[in-house]
Amino acid sequence: MNPETPTTDGLQFTPSPVWPDWFRSAQQDAWNEYLATPAPTRKDETWRYANIKALDLSAFRNAPPIASEGKLINASTGLEAIAAKLVFGNNALVHSQTDGLPAGVVVQPLDVAARENEALFRQYFLSQPVELGSHKYALLHKALLSGGVLVHVPANVEVALPIELYHWVEGANSSVFPHTLIVLGDNAKVTVVDHFKSADGAPAFACGINDFHLGRGAKLDYVAIQDWSADTLAFHINSTVCDRDSSSTALVANLGGRHIRGESFSKLAGEGSRSVMLSINPLDGERHVDQRTLQDHAAPNATSDLLYRNSLDDKSQAIFSGLIRVEPGSKQTDAYQKVENLVLSEDAVAHSMPGLQILNDDVRCTHGATSGGISQDELFYMQARGIRPDLGRRLVVAGFFHSLLERLDNETLRARVAALVNARLGVE
Amino acid sequence: MRGLHQEFLIYLLMSLVIKNLTANIGDQQILKGVNLEVPKGEVHAIMGKNGSGKSTLAKIMAGHPDYTVTGGEVLMDGENLFDMEEPDERARAGLFLAFQYPMEIPGVTIANFIRAAVQARLPEGEELEATDYYANLYAKMDALKIPRAFTSRSVNEGFSGGEKKRCEILQMAMLEPKYAVLDETDSGLDIDALKIVSDGVNALRSPDRGFLVITHYQRLLNYIVPDKVHVMVDGRIAMTGDKDLALELEAKGYDWVTEGELATA
Repeated sequence: MNPETPTTDGLQFTPSPVWPDWFRSAQQDAWNEYLATPAPTRKDETWRYANIKALDLSAFRNAPPIASEGKLINASTGLEAIAAKLVFGNNALVHSQTDGLPAGVVVQPLDVAARENEALFRQYFLSQPVELGSHKYALLHKALLSGGVLVHVPANVEVALPIELYHWVEGANSSVFPHTLIVLGDNAKVTVVDHFKSADGAPAFACGINDFHLGRGAKLDYVAIQDWSADTLAFHINSTVCDRDSSSTALVANLGGRHIRGESFSKLAGEGSRSVMLSINPLDGERHVDQRTLQDHAAPNATSDLLYRNSLDDKSQAIFSGLIRVEPGSKQTDAYQKVENLVLSEDAVAHSMPGLQILNDDVRCTHGATSGGISQDELFYMQARGIRPDLGRRLVVAGFFHSLLERLDNETLRARVAALVNARLGVE
Repeated sequence: MRGLHQEFLIYLLMSLVIKNLTANIGDQQILKGVNLEVPKGEVHAIMGKNGSGKSTLAKIMAGHPDYTVTGGEVLMDGENLFDMEEPDERARAGLFLAFQYPMEIPGVTIANFIRAAVQARLPEGEELEATDYYANLYAKMDALKIPRAFTSRSVNEGFSGGEKKRCEILQMAMLEPKYAVLDETDSGLDIDALKIVSDGVNALRSPDRGFLVITHYQRLLNYIVPDKVHVMVDGRIAMTGDKDLALELEAKGYDWVTEGELATA
């Protein structure tokens, strides 16, 4: 073995044969640019307060094929009634069920999409700039991507039942690169649920990207249930572009992981569009969630509404940095941004940095961050009913998240997420 | 001698006994030696002016952390409440406090909240049977004219005053305490709500249960007829009588009690 090119440690550029040549060549370029791009430092505004040391990728490797395919497919069960389900294990498609989809709707692996829907793929795949700090990791994602999904709903088609996507990682130090590309034609409607899961408790690396593109009057309901192992480093980078009168509601539930960096960018590109950005983060142990957001109002009469909630126990940490940017000409903007921290431990740390950049004067914007603990009176009330304080606290934390879930229209999905939150918090 | 001793024991084991209770909030003394006995099967009312210490007494018995007990004891069927440090231990031992201002708990539904409270009373490892629980809950909600849809509402969030108080009584009905302390349960209720709440309380009156009803107004006691009425003045029970005392207080106000006390002192 050549000692200068270690093969057991570190991520290697090994272009996947699944891609067409033109994309493989783009991956080579991305890899070169990744190597040439300096790693972030805390001096970068987008990495303020971040724990840069946690981003060390040296231990991670390209994931081997999964060993327990059948087990993972069986464990990929969420909602009872769905329109389609795709299951990926270590970046490879292991299960595909699409028979519940209306005619014309495409749910397919990205490598197939790159061939069969090349124009769509070229137009929308990674079409938005990654501006919130993780540019380097987006390049890594592109270079090493082999899995991922395209969901395309043509104009005027409604997919009544949710589409579920499972992304599994298996094996010590495996790396996965999940990608969900959703393209909705005018007036199309769909609900998509991404599940990010670990097959074991091993350390792992995930670097995922979502691109959502909503045509005029389209409606997207999206939920990500991030449940990586407690020893996983993960990047989740999201961009949502809303055309005229379209409406997106996206919830990210960070239930797992050791260190999570989330970046979410919503562009209100069309008049009257709407983007609801939600996140729930029950944190304990030494878990760390670092979230950066941008609500970019590039059209008049649009609404963006961000609500992130963190509960922080033990020595956990949460960073939130958000910006509402209202561009010149985006009259009658309605923009809200709120992060709420429920602090359960003196050793937990929350840094919340809401921000506004308003370039015209006909807007309604509110932003803010709150931090507080569980009120003594609330706990006393529960104890006066015989509920032990430990359970009382957990019920309050669960309630803190459940009341946010009421923003989800789909009742079945809401109940499912609520049950996962309860399980995470050990409530019933 | 022996007979008397036995009688005393039985009495002790069948009563809520408050003995020489003194308590502070910060440096300020609020209770200045409260003595009171509520035998099982009886309803006692405590009346008094605002600031006389009656709500404080309720909170102290339940174990509110803002107050410091400086002396005396409260025996519930012979068991000293203050030997139980946490409020939830006292509740599981059989004490119930209906709050004057019930807390809102966002995101926690009535059904889950009460279920957690009922479950807390079961031995470890024993699971509450969901079907039985809901049957019981719905029956008691119906009796209190609480719409069943309330089971999925967050505890007290956005409830009217009357709805909050009805839910307090619902919780009491579900938890079947040995002794219930009702702190100004009539405040903020219109006459219809007062009637529903009183009916709920009366339905729970039993030889196995004692009630301490704290109120500022006599009106409630037309519906929940007490066996005894105590008047609290400045952190002490200043006078005790039967239900007619409440009417007398309504007619004359509270000041004559203080004057009478001063006269006897």
